[in-house]
Amino acid sequence: MIKRGLFKNPKNQLEGNPKLSRTPAPCVADEMCVTCPSCKKTILTSELSENLSVCQTCGYHFRINARQRINIISDANTFCEIDQDMISQNRIDFPEYDKKLKNARLDSAEKDAVVCGTCKIGGYDCCLFVMEPYFMMGSMGIVVGEKITRLFEMATEKSLPVVGFTVSGGARMQEGILSLMQMAKTSGAVKRHNDAGNLYIGVLTDPTTGGVTASFATEGDIVVAEPSALIGFAGPRVIEQTIRQKLPQGFQRAEFLLEKGFLDAIVDRREQKKYLVRLLYLHEKAEQA
Amino acid sequence: MNAYDKVRAARAKGRPTSIDYINQIFTKFTELHGDRRFSDDKAIIAGIAKLDDMSVTVIGIEKGHSTKEKVSRNFGSAHPEGYRKALRQMKLAEKFKRPVICFVDTAGAFCGIGAEERGQGQAIAENLMEMMALRVPVISIFIGEGGSGGALALSVADEVWMLENSVYSVISPEGCASILWKDSSKTKEASECLKLTAEDLYSFGVTERIFSEKAGFEPLCEEIKNQLIATFHRNNSLTTEELLDNRYRKFRKIGG
Repeated sequence: MIKRGLFKNPKNQLEGNPKLSRTPAPCVADEMCVTCPSCKKTILTSELSENLSVCQTCGYHFRINARQRINIISDANTFCEIDQDMISQNRIDFPEYDKKLKNARLDSAEKDAVVCGTCKIGGYDCCLFVMEPYFMMGSMGIVVGEKITRLFEMATEKSLPVVGFTVSGGARMQEGILSLMQMAKTSGAVKRHNDAGNLYIGVLTDPTTGGVTASFATEGDIVVAEPSALIGFAGPRVIEQTIRQKLPQGFQRAEFLLEKGFLDAIVDRREQKKYLVRLLYLHEKAEQA
Repeated sequence: MNAYDKVRAARAKGRPTSIDYINQIFTKFTELHGDRRFSDDKAIIAGIAKLDDMSVTVIGIEKGHSTKEKVSRNFGSAHPEGYRKALRQMKLAEKFKRPVICFVDTAGAFCGIGAEERGQGQAIAENLMEMMALRVPVISIFIGEGGSGGALALSVADEVWMLENSVYSVISPEGCASILWKDSSKTKEASECLKLTAEDLYSFGVTERIFSEKAGFEPLCEEIKNQLIATFHRNNSLTTEELLDNRYRKFRKIGG
């Protein structure tokens, strides 16, 4: 015999208090709050941006775009962009690349995956490059390679330090071998800047992988990273497919790289400017002081 | 031959590997082991040899022939210590003013836990930087597969030469197909898209010279040997600064 009510929705404490759910929720539009993917806490976007897009509760670093980083790092109204009009072309007639580029421009409101320029950081003149995660995940094609190379060449000529923020999926497949050559080209420019006695500080952010890790990202005199940033040569999925086993927790995260000796420090986004200014101060050349 | 045929030829079983070219082109090859930091990576062989009467440093990515040897050489996929071993030999070449010749034949730098732990990306990056400024002539020869960063780490050279059935690519055709069409079996289409044949790379200015393989292995080695000797003699008229400027400009202008 079937008991009555068996198919009625049972109520228990898991479903919360129906009375409570009827009380009017605070009137917050969806776009005004986000849930932290790490601690699941709901954060008001206004609070989040005040805190440089870092979760106040657990310190999770939200992804931010290049312009936001430039605002955080450079002194107010000192950033002067260079090469802002360079755009990528479909040099090897790669399928769907034109469409991808168009979408990337719309997604990021940038012309390509890196923003370069000069600025002051704590009063120190610097060359700054910041990669753009919303443009094809910061992948490096000819334009990215050329802009980074020009920035280092300019910095070498003017004897200026370079500060660079990386975020990248690696070399851009859609430009074929020409993308790979950008690794050699940028490395050459970094080397010349280095040999002339200039400072280069790299800040690796989530994620920095592939051909960018295997070129200018890890060539700094000082290399630091944001907390928990994924940093590696091969992506975790590719490694798992190759070795057919699960990767350990925390593998390729910034903390792991620090332990293995590949980073100088992990620096919270809220401390980054202060940290950079301190390093620039410590490298101040005698004649400038 | 279409692009995919070239890929298959480059990977073909029984194709000569670095050690075969080294033994045929040079005399007195003396292998030197180890990176002095972690271990000796058997995926890369390196040492000193005579090219005619000239002492040279020779470095090659070695895939091996027998199954047992292939396993011990990790199928020609180097770990960071392999690239560091190569760099150590290049630095010795610089000290003793020997030209460097690299043979490239790899599906790519190995991706695995140990490789990441020991800084695969950093090892490759360091080679790119140091090779760009290495104060002796450097020539890289692609004899089979040229897989992405793992191949580039031995080919920041004054000239990059390719055998007609060798390929050089930013990503493997399989990897490209799986990203593009979520289907790694579409390697044929992907091979075409990537423009990875020696002719393609010649048109981009990535490679300076293509060697025909039609006459067979021994005539091919003879031709490589003659070209190496002629090129190093030509380089003698350059100052080190000119040599380095030319190398920098070679990469500076690609795609520009």
